Amino acid sequence: MEKTVNHKAWFLVLPVLVLVAFSAVIPLMTVVNYSVNDTFGNNEFFWNGLDWFDEMIHSDRLWAAFWRQVMFSAIILVIEVPLGIFIALNMPKKGIWASVCLVLMALPLLIPFNVVGTIWQIFGRVDIGLLGHTLQALGIDYNYVNDPIDAWATIIIMDVWHWTSLVALLCYAGLQSIPQAYYQAAKIDQASRWKVFRYIELPKMKGVLLIAVLLRFMDSFMIYTEPFVVTGGGPGNSTTFLSIDLVKMAVGQFDLGPAAAFSIMYFLVIMLISWVFYTVMTSFDREDAQK
Amino acid sequence: MTTAAVSATARQDRAMPRVRASAVVMFLYIVFLLLPIYWLLNMSLKTNTEILSTFTLWPRNLTFANYHTILTDPAWYMGYVNSIIYVVMNTVISITVALPAAYAFSRYTFMGDKHLFFWLLTNRMAPAAVFALPFFQLYSSVGLFDTHIAVALAHCLFNVPLAVWILEGFMRGVPKEIDETAYIDGYSFGRFFIRIFMPLIASGIGVAAFFCFMFSWVELLLSRTLTSVNAKPIAATMTRTVSASGMDWGVLAAAGVLTIVPGAIVIWFVRNYIAKGFALGRV
Repeated sequence: MEKTVNHKAWFLVLPVLVLVAFSAVIPLMTVVNYSVNDTFGNNEFFWNGLDWFDEMIHSDRLWAAFWRQVMFSAIILVIEVPLGIFIALNMPKKGIWASVCLVLMALPLLIPFNVVGTIWQIFGRVDIGLLGHTLQALGIDYNYVNDPIDAWATIIIMDVWHWTSLVALLCYAGLQSIPQAYYQAAKIDQASRWKVFRYIELPKMKGVLLIAVLLRFMDSFMIYTEPFVVTGGGPGNSTTFLSIDLVKMAVGQFDLGPAAAFSIMYFLVIMLISWVFYTVMTSFDREDAQK
Repeated sequence: MTTAAVSATARQDRAMPRVRASAVVMFLYIVFLLLPIYWLLNMSLKTNTEILSTFTLWPRNLTFANYHTILTDPAWYMGYVNSIIYVVMNTVISITVALPAAYAFSRYTFMGDKHLFFWLLTNRMAPAAVFALPFFQLYSSVGLFDTHIAVALAHCLFNVPLAVWILEGFMRGVPKEIDETAYIDGYSFGRFFIRIFMPLIASGIGVAAFFCFMFSWVELLLSRTLTSVNAKPIAATMTRTVSASGMDWGVLAAAGVLTIVPGAIVIWFVRNYIAKGFALGRV
């Protein structure tokens, strides 16, 4: 749609601007402020330059949490994206079953994060949980409270359970927009199932898939509540991801300076990645518009 | 003709197992999704002795005592009341400020519009953990700590951008000629917006409201950091009970089941917009 140039439109955006400034810019400036100051309490601050950043960027603790975080996000993307596409391809296309599937699949997405944690905390317990009890009965030594590998497995399965439906629903929306004529043409050309997927379905899903990867990456990169409820970051530090570590540092130990420096670097990384995604996304939009 | 018919039936024969295979895949996936939820429901209908002493796949002594505890004990049910209060406040605020902004983004080009739109997105992507401490200090210093409005405003951080993006997606679908005709007919902007435009995007408003409600409802970190007693949300009540009074599994499970209910009720009505809502209106 052709848009008109109208700078007075700023007045319509003003309420959002004021509100977001209050709830994002002011807090963010506090963080910036802390990151370059040191304090001995009493609200007395003195300039500390970039020392906190220097300290944080050489902190083993931060790097350990960072690599855990990257590994976690990579693993869940590798599992959830293909699985989500696969589920979307198998979903019924129309009728009552399509609606039933949609609703049942959306259910985990609407459960409060801490309840997702609670569900899996109970489900995985060896004494009272179905999963833990069954694995134990099968002779598998499983205990997510003590064993780091089991803790990781539990958290990854939990995330797959929680969010695969999102990828599937987005892909499904992309698939629904493919005109029937494309499939008929493919049938006439006797295209194989794989070729139909590779040359018709996948290109049409490109846009939604990108959004799905963006959302899953972002949300997994700042995951806090679910692993916090299930493992509390343990055993040891084995499931302490960036957000958990940050909250520990800021609210638990009240190390304002380092925590603020940490926050800013964390936020910059996320900004950078969203910018890359946004640029790619808008260029896709432009390509589609030209077609 | 016969060869065509034969090949058609052959194709059908080949097609049939594929249909069944996809039904099996869907069945298995949905069982995988529902099993943990069933287990929670199962626990919530058992007594604690049954939970801890025997391992049963369904409740042998069906009891609603856990739900009774929650619905009669103010410490529990006030958690739900608090959550609902700040969630509704947040939804109303978010939609009210997002409507004009989304209209501006969908109809006009203005200085810095693209940057502003992207900046809103980054707020949706901001880790709540970064904001927990500064929010705590900001709201304490203005005397809003432990009030519903504090949590409602804090959740605007990610819900306002979300609402703007979703509404903009819906508004783009409304032809611009409608606006122009209305202005020629002598409608003022305000009257046009409320009387003509809003009914046209009613479903969009519904979807945006649903997602604001949901994202505010599921969030724990900020709502827990910003409250202590008076506005304590149900999510925080649940985590604190776990750490304080040992493990009352039955009541915990019942509280969990009750938090799923609002979403489960509304989801049927927005089922065709779920993807759109989660994709920030971009699908």
